[in-house]
Amino acid sequence: MSDTVPTNTGFFRAISSQSAGVSLELDHVTKQYPGQPAPAVDDFSMNIRPGELIMFVGPSGCGKTTTMKMVNRLIEPSSGSIRIDGKDVLSLNPNELRRHVGYVIQQIGLFPHRTIAENIATVPKMLGWKKDRIAERVDELLRTVQLDPGAFANRYPRQLSGGQQQRAGVARALAADPPVMLMDEPFGATDPITRERLQAEFLRLQAEIGKTIIFVTHDFDEAIRMGDRIAVLSERSRIEQFDTPANILAAPANEYVSSFIGQGAAIKRLALMPISDAVLGPVADAGGPRIPVTGSLRDALDLIVLSGVARVTVTDPDGVAMGTLDHAAISHVLGTTVEVSALGADGEATP
Amino acid sequence: MTATIALPSAQSLRTRARAMTVLRLVAAPVIVVIAVSLLFWWISTLPLDSIEQRTLNPAYIEARIKEHLLLTFVASLLVAVLAIPAGILVYRARSAWVRGIFLTLGNIGQATPAVGVVILLAIVWQTGFATALVALVAYSFLPVLRNTMVGLEQVGSDVKEAARGMGMTRNQVLTRIELPLASPTILAGLRTALVFAVGTATVATFINAGGLGDMIVNGLKLQRYPVLLTGAVLVAAIAVLIDWLAGVVEDLVRPKGL
Repeated sequence: MSDTVPTNTGFFRAISSQSAGVSLELDHVTKQYPGQPAPAVDDFSMNIRPGELIMFVGPSGCGKTTTMKMVNRLIEPSSGSIRIDGKDVLSLNPNELRRHVGYVIQQIGLFPHRTIAENIATVPKMLGWKKDRIAERVDELLRTVQLDPGAFANRYPRQLSGGQQQRAGVARALAADPPVMLMDEPFGATDPITRERLQAEFLRLQAEIGKTIIFVTHDFDEAIRMGDRIAVLSERSRIEQFDTPANILAAPANEYVSSFIGQGAAIKRLALMPISDAVLGPVADAGGPRIPVTGSLRDALDLIVLSGVARVTVTDPDGVAMGTLDHAAISHVLGTTVEVSALGADGEATP
Repeated sequence: MTATIALPSAQSLRTRARAMTVLRLVAAPVIVVIAVSLLFWWISTLPLDSIEQRTLNPAYIEARIKEHLLLTFVASLLVAVLAIPAGILVYRARSAWVRGIFLTLGNIGQATPAVGVVILLAIVWQTGFATALVALVAYSFLPVLRNTMVGLEQVGSDVKEAARGMGMTRNQVLTRIELPLASPTILAGLRTALVFAVGTATVATFINAGGLGDMIVNGLKLQRYPVLLTGAVLVAAIAVLIDWLAGVVEDLVRPKGL
């Protein structure tokens, strides 16, 4: 791949031209700080496909952030190689590299002396974009993250709420349309309600832009909700399991992963499964509680528990009854999924 | 929802802040004008002898004020040119040693009585303007050095990390992020240095470098209290006015959004 890209500038132009994601490979990456007995990251290898949203989840201090920061060389690896679209990042100028890798941190780090528009324009300006193009891009991005340009472009960061600042932070990271994004607990400092909204908005955004993303979190539920695949990490950034949320929930690789999943793994799995996964019973009386087929099995279970009935009626988008769903059918879906992933079938996620 | 609750209180705070700003803008010059007017009115009622007449006339006073201001401003300019880069160097060296050495030097400069420095320098070097300048610079170096270091250190690590993470070089981080954010603190240091310099410039008279110190010392030596008082009140008035002016400049150039 690298021989088709003779110069760095050419490489950056090549990866910038594809606004969607590119592949990202970490190959036997180790970070050893001098004077420390054990490496912070020990022989970490991972292949990430273009457009995948990968969650690094693990306890604080496990090296997940260190691993992520080696991708844009805020931390230099001691050994191993990291390739973006086949090109080793160590062969690139680190500052140039960082201008083409989106970076969002928990504390956001908006520049307090610059307006939101100026903050977002930071990287495009460094890349020498024309004024009109920058203005247009800022406008577009503010709309993308659902901040009204008229109201927010000329405000200063401290005039925004936490959630608004976080959106501006995401917009700033997306400014030059980088194919790769690194996100370090980006929604960690917001309240639970704002966090869920930001997560949902970001997923919707990601469905459009399809970036290759490494997303660090210590919140397993966030990992399940957002990730195409999750890497559960332990000390020294050891990969305990790397799989889709559904497969990790269905078949945790070991004690460590199970302990990380915590209570209610079955319920969490149900949240990931559409009602259409279940085998529906025949349509019975029309009087019972109804649920649209687009909901998750967890929504269905919720309704069963709440209403106290034995079965609920599932309806299609037009409101026509399709069938009924009961406890047994839901349990059956969970059982089946375990068998599938135990066979080691092609259970890996499609982004 | 919080916005609707917070808005009125923020607004009233802002109007109060504005009232305070207006007061601060007006108070100092008004007090200075009153004090100086009272002084000259009092002097105009006095019968002046020949010695007093030689100093208490517009031409003489104007010359002394000019000397005094020249010393003050050139010294402060030198301090800015020397101490701000020194503060940046110390900050970027991130070494306890470098930091210790510079702070010790600054402390020595400020702790040593300015009169002593001026006279010692005059003995080993020369008398006159340049010597007085060196003494003044040594004396007002510390506040600017320290404020530059502290101002840069106070810039949030999140902001710096975001800047690095977006691909700014170290110099870009310094000039685009760190210095603008540290500028209010650095300017406050310069303001302190300016006021120090106004007061300290009075000792220039001991090595024949002029200034309003001439009036104070002559008034004392010859027991002409109107002369002494005029010198003293004018120095104080200049100090207050410069502090006021520096405060106005600080407000004007403070980066918006802070």
